[in-house]
Amino acid sequence: MGLNLDPTRIDSPCTREATQALRAGDRVLLSGILVTARDMAHRRMVQAPSDEVRDVLKNAFVYHCGPVVLPDGGGWRVMSAGPTTSMREEPFQAAVIREFGLRGVVGKGGMGDATASALRECGGVYLHATGGAGASLASRIVEVIGVHFLQEFGVPEAMWILRVRDFPAIVTMDSTGRSVHRDVLEESSGAMDVLLRR
Amino acid sequence: MRSVLPGANRIVELIGLASTSLSPDILRALSVAGGSSSGNAALVIGEILVNCDIAARDRVPMCQDTGIPCFFVGGRSLDAADRVELSSGIAGAVSSCVASGILRPNAVDPLSGLNSGDGIGVGIPQVYFDDAPAAGADSPLVIDILLKGGGSENVGRQYSLPGDLPGAGRDMDGVRRCVIDAAFRAQGLGCSPGILGVCVGGDRASGMAAAKRQLLRRLDDVPGPFGDFERELAEAVNTLGIGPMGLGGLPTVLGVKVGTLARHPASFFVSIACGCWATRRWRMVVSPDGRCSFV
Repeated sequence: MGLNLDPTRIDSPCTREATQALRAGDRVLLSGILVTARDMAHRRMVQAPSDEVRDVLKNAFVYHCGPVVLPDGGGWRVMSAGPTTSMREEPFQAAVIREFGLRGVVGKGGMGDATASALRECGGVYLHATGGAGASLASRIVEVIGVHFLQEFGVPEAMWILRVRDFPAIVTMDSTGRSVHRDVLEESSGAMDVLLRR
Repeated sequence: MRSVLPGANRIVELIGLASTSLSPDILRALSVAGGSSSGNAALVIGEILVNCDIAARDRVPMCQDTGIPCFFVGGRSLDAADRVELSSGIAGAVSSCVASGILRPNAVDPLSGLNSGDGIGVGIPQVYFDDAPAAGADSPLVIDILLKGGGSENVGRQYSLPGDLPGAGRDMDGVRRCVIDAAFRAQGLGCSPGILGVCVGGDRASGMAAAKRQLLRRLDDVPGPFGDFERELAEAVNTLGIGPMGLGGLPTVLGVKVGTLARHPASFFVSIACGCWATRRWRMVVSPDGRCSFV
């Protein structure tokens, strides 16, 4: 079904055409801007959209991640930075995608119908990174460009503006509405029916 | 009688080991699983194994969610003064590990959302003391650490049978249905392939605590009375095809561990604790002369 097993290189920010061409199951290597955002950041982006992060988010990707970060000289060192569960941002994600013109979201576990329809409308994708792989994913971060809301939200919830190179992920929700998560849910549901019939 | 307690630097070492290095039994199980997997499953497990290498080599947290640090103290019965001293030593070690980037500050005020910043909060870290009535003067002190991540904790479940799960009664088949249901609902969240800890019996509080303690057992330990049942449960869950990180394929779990507690005649709880692939647990054994070893 035209599954692309060689990774596709994607830049962030990128064009709508670039993400629209991706299909669920494709492997990607993302390079460019990744902005971490968890629950507090998402709530803030919806309730009081800040112009501070508007430019950096345009056509870029948010990353559901609460990293471990240490001060390092005058800057920062990210020690560990894997994805957190994306579903917690479902109440906010569609509005954030539309308001800030995101090209997509990086996280784990997939998202719900509202996010899926925002991705369809905006030609965006959901990229799945390996949960728990904080050390290897942090090694793909080449620069901490800045941080917003650090004092107010604390380290895990702050918005860290990162530059990454060859950040590995799998497209699990695409702009045509296909979802690896829905496929696995349906298949495992069938398997469970068989198991419980016994 | 006072006991010899580990120094603060030893507790820091234990936390550092847990955060940066996976227990050999789990690493082995992941390697075996990776060798026979394909597609997304192979990709995910490959990434996990590379991650474990980097974390151990660079001494950085293998997962950015360093969890709630839980300590289980046993082997000897500690008197009140020792308990106070050890608890305070553990709290000091946790905040020093936060300062050095080995732990993430994970203690948040539940309503204001304010992060304490040093990893310490009401009820965090958790320290459990077990009495050891049979211990002698030469018995070692045993401290198990579990760094319990939030994602896996969120997909744990507790069932009151019958009632909470249609078709599940108060027997082994009912337990089996609960375990399959919990794994199905998790859909790989809580970062599969991990370990499911199950407790049958107890009450709502003791059952959940005992289920979590099952995660301390080695995957390759000598099976207890439920060895066959544990294997059957793991096979059933793996039949679901949820796979690593819920992206399909094999395996969904590396193992299932089951224990029991006496129950009230009116109650039948099945409590299930989910451990992610990064179930970070290590044991420190402190001999009476103060020497520490890590297993």
